[in-house]
Amino acid sequence: MTALLEISGLRVSYPGVDEPVEVVHGVDLVVPQGRKVALVGESGSGKSVTARSVLQLDPDATIAGSIRLGGQELVGAAPKIVRGIRGSGAGLVFQDPLTSLNPVMRIGWQIMQPLVIRGVSKKEARERGIALLDRLGVVNAAARFDDYPHQFSGGMRQRVVIAIAIIAEPALLIADEPTTALDVQVQAQVLELLHEVADERGMGVLLITHDLAIVAGFADDVVVMRHGEVVESAPVDELFAAPKHPYTRGLLGAIPRLDSDPSVRLTSVADYVDTFETVDDEPAAPAAENGAAR
Amino acid sequence: MSLLAVTEVTKRFAGQHAPAVDSVSFTLERGSALGLVGESGSGKSTTARLVAGLIKPDAGSVVLDGTELVGAPRATLQAARRELQFVFQDPFSSLNPRMRVSELVGEGLLVHGIERDAAKRRDRVVETLESVGLDSSHLDRYPRSFSGGQRQRIAIARAIAVRPRVLICDEPVSSLDVSVQAQVLNLLGDLREKLDLALLFIAHDLAVVRYLCDRVAVMNGGRIVEIGSRDQVYEHPQDAYTRALLDAVPVPDPARERARRSALAASRSVTAPGVNS
Repeated sequence: MTALLEISGLRVSYPGVDEPVEVVHGVDLVVPQGRKVALVGESGSGKSVTARSVLQLDPDATIAGSIRLGGQELVGAAPKIVRGIRGSGAGLVFQDPLTSLNPVMRIGWQIMQPLVIRGVSKKEARERGIALLDRLGVVNAAARFDDYPHQFSGGMRQRVVIAIAIIAEPALLIADEPTTALDVQVQAQVLELLHEVADERGMGVLLITHDLAIVAGFADDVVVMRHGEVVESAPVDELFAAPKHPYTRGLLGAIPRLDSDPSVRLTSVADYVDTFETVDDEPAAPAAENGAAR
Repeated sequence: MSLLAVTEVTKRFAGQHAPAVDSVSFTLERGSALGLVGESGSGKSTTARLVAGLIKPDAGSVVLDGTELVGAPRATLQAARRELQFVFQDPFSSLNPRMRVSELVGEGLLVHGIERDAAKRRDRVVETLESVGLDSSHLDRYPRSFSGGQRQRIAIARAIAVRPRVLICDEPVSSLDVSVQAQVLNLLGDLREKLDLALLFIAHDLAVVRYLCDRVAVMNGGRIVEIGSRDQVYEHPQDAYTRALLDAVPVPDPARERARRSALAASRSVTAPGVNS
């Protein structure tokens, strides 16, 4: 299995008040060709920053280390090369389909863009866009192609966002909390769809999430991040069967499950990481919550 | 007598064909917790707002401890609002950004004339903050300096400061990280026990509701399609919609999820051959 995405020693910092603040401290991560990797952590863990640095979406971020996509080094690469991989090298699905679509542009126009800017004719781009939207389960795709985002529900909007991300046939799909804004049922549909489309096209997927529950049915490998560092990475079965790091155990214990005894208290990450064992009391220090704001 | 009895409450918004809430009835006993579950648009939040008196029903009755609230005079409603407190979904928009924590949590005590003395009110605010895992060092800070989980604690403190008997929570954890969600769920469970609070808990996630509630009502299209004890609804769901909601809850177990996916694929290839080639 060759590596599609290979991140090593990644450091990302942003301008601070006096000096730059480093938020990702040397992350290593590999997405093999056609595999699905979940990058898991709480808000503020650096998981989104890591994912976004692949496409270098934040102009004020300083990126050091190495990011190789399909063998090509992206750290320090010319802007033209980075622009070129956006869409066709790696596509990105954002969390909130309400804000990631342009509200004043028809959805069809937005779906066609990645093709049109690569020189595909409008006619062909339109045909491929409609076919893709249809594959993604949008009923009556041809008629809805010229609708505006507000005419779609949340789940349907997220399908439009997915269409934009994959229409230029990227080898890697980065999905940043793609279902967090959705209802449980719609979440299940969208995840299943991502799973199918990735398998059909042999796409590698990097799924960013705070919810280990959705990882179990989706990912082949799991990477757990905390405070800008990778604390554990393992194949999915291994991670759920025998989580090694206390933080991972804390994340797993925080999930309300349908198959557990509801009278057993949920754990939180603070229970595990501060004491390395379960404690009954609510942690007094809200350390685990710092930066939990979204 | 039930603490809260909601009977055939109906609400249709102007310009809509179907009622948002259609003849909904349930009761809530003292110190118990009822989960109201459904997707977006099922009418669960509207039901919560009708019960809290934030909007007026077209028909039906809401009786709190023997007192009818629908069409009641202002003074009765004001008194009822002390007993029925509300925690909203999004702690980023539910807390006034220009009020300090002391004002946010103390406002109810002032409005309801419970504690007019500033020093005593402050003591009571601190006591309330401590019961939700915050402390007096947070009194003079503004909401912006808190994380999502901490903000939801402030919102809960604001609600329980006036010692209500019913706490209505509208998706209080759906905008939080899973690990922070666990802390807030634990907190709500603790407060329910300590303060003998009845909870009306609105959520779209059945796993969350199962953890906190002893009774569950499932809403779809403005109606309650199934209501019963936790064991009844989760172990023996009667309604197809309830089963669909249960099936959609992800299970944090890779082997079971794989089995579920392959069962799904198999059932699909039987019903629609060739669609998924």
